[in-house]
Amino acid sequence: MTDETKPDDFINNRKGKYEHIKGWGIDADRKNDPTYPMKNRTDEEILGYTWERPDSQPEEVEILKSVERPNLTAVFGTAAPPSGLSGMIRRMSFKYSESDMRRWVPLVLADRINVWEGILDDLSKGTIPNIPKERGWKAEWEHNRTNFTLKIALTAAVTTAAVVLILQQRKKNKAAKFA
Amino acid sequence: MLAMNYRGPFRVRLDKDKPLPEIIHPEDVIVKVLRSCICGSDLHLYHGLVPDTRVGTTFGHEFIGEVVEKGPLVDKLQVGDRVMVPFNISCGRCAFCRQGLFGNCHESNPMATAVGGIFGYSHTAGGYDGGQAEYVRVPYANIGPTLIPDWMDPDDAVLLTDVVPTGYQAAEMGGIQPGDTVFVFGAGPIGIMAAKCAWLFGAGRVVIIDHLDYRLEFAEKFAQCEAYNFKRIGDPVVFAKTQTDSLGPDVCIDAVGCEAEGDMMNSLMGRKLMLQGGSTTALHWAINSVKKGGIVSIVGVYGPVDALVPIGNVVNKGITIRANQASVKRHLPRLIEHVKSGVLNPKDLITHRVPLEEVAEAYHMFSTKLDNCIKPVLIPPAARS
Repeated sequence: MTDETKPDDFINNRKGKYEHIKGWGIDADRKNDPTYPMKNRTDEEILGYTWERPDSQPEEVEILKSVERPNLTAVFGTAAPPSGLSGMIRRMSFKYSESDMRRWVPLVLADRINVWEGILDDLSKGTIPNIPKERGWKAEWEHNRTNFTLKIALTAAVTTAAVVLILQQRKKNKAAKFA
Repeated sequence: MLAMNYRGPFRVRLDKDKPLPEIIHPEDVIVKVLRSCICGSDLHLYHGLVPDTRVGTTFGHEFIGEVVEKGPLVDKLQVGDRVMVPFNISCGRCAFCRQGLFGNCHESNPMATAVGGIFGYSHTAGGYDGGQAEYVRVPYANIGPTLIPDWMDPDDAVLLTDVVPTGYQAAEMGGIQPGDTVFVFGAGPIGIMAAKCAWLFGAGRVVIIDHLDYRLEFAEKFAQCEAYNFKRIGDPVVFAKTQTDSLGPDVCIDAVGCEAEGDMMNSLMGRKLMLQGGSTTALHWAINSVKKGGIVSIVGVYGPVDALVPIGNVVNKGITIRANQASVKRHLPRLIEHVKSGVLNPKDLITHRVPLEEVAEAYHMFSTKLDNCIKPVLIPPAARS
């Protein structure tokens, strides 16, 4: 088993040497490369992860790292470090490889929880999120006014009907209880 | 500074007090943004389809700007230089960058190995803030950012950071031979540009398929290609066969990605329930349409999880599938020549120029295809004055 905490183990130990395989490469044709011209083939990666790395960016915030690589990349983004419940879920999901559903499905869950964390964070700072503004409804009003008005009217009608029905049902239940 | 702020699916806002970015690596520069596009792939983030899209991040991977500060190891740029910034972040030193695969850099994204770092494209693509703001931090400034020639219109320049190279590479990966029939699925900006570029590789016939008439009309004029609405042609695969004497196109390009319409089951599984890495309808059509031994080129964006594709048909038809994020840096010299000579006129794709302050409205408009929107560009206040 390869120990992912030991970067040296990630280097391809063959280092491009295949003398032990009789006939290796005798039919190789560099032009027969489906990646051409996307890739200017030099085969450098045969040596493994051995290039001279750029200076490393200081890790001043928590960065979650893929288990498929031994280290942080030389640069990385610091936009939104993991935090709160969503951060806990993200940390857990990063224990799995990019090939594992347990890596991605919890991240989607974390994203949805993060939305509510964002709302709570806004409220804690005295900001009430302006949802219609954030959803860009002004553009809908400007460019699709008739449909927008119909949608709003329909939503209001359905909501009102639902509320009336619930209130009526409650009233009936209450009356039945005391009958 | 002013910056777009993601708050959750279908919700973004403009923050007025986001802290200014700082130099945190010696090869960084800070760029004052002059133009920033909303990309079709930004809509995947906006719709909540990309895992690890965290609240509070700023999107935007297509932008140009002026260098206002540089790190101590930056020697290729000076303060005051106006640059176009490729959407992919590339170190220029790893084995992949050195082979021209600038979209697959191994030193820019610690969070996933499958994708290199991309500005403003979730933490799955490195957790970088993007260019839908007044200022942005640009790492590896000696490698990616490219000077904007004096003669170049900034609207052309901003489209050279993603749309044009991605469309061009879509055609390039198609391995188009003179006379080939090329079908492009998706008439968004990338698909339209792919159709346009297919001619540059010698295509004999270029067909674009979509379901939005206004986009098809635009594509027909912009890319001088045939344009068909899949809601009127019946089964697009049968249509492709009937158009090619039953053999199928030589090359099919998927320029749609994970939000493809046209198949209820795929839409339900990939877009609504998120049970697979997106709706694969366009890819299905591409694989099933293409000629035996043909090439399917994919530039549409899909999620990292499994997605259902007819892999059996790929085997049985002997199809070659080629796909990648565009290697913007590799393409720029050639594409700048094409813009200079007038072969390509990217800015004609821009349909809406919107103040950065109206970013929420711009996202909604682009997402719901209001006002015949094809390509919106955000312009910060300083760039308007």
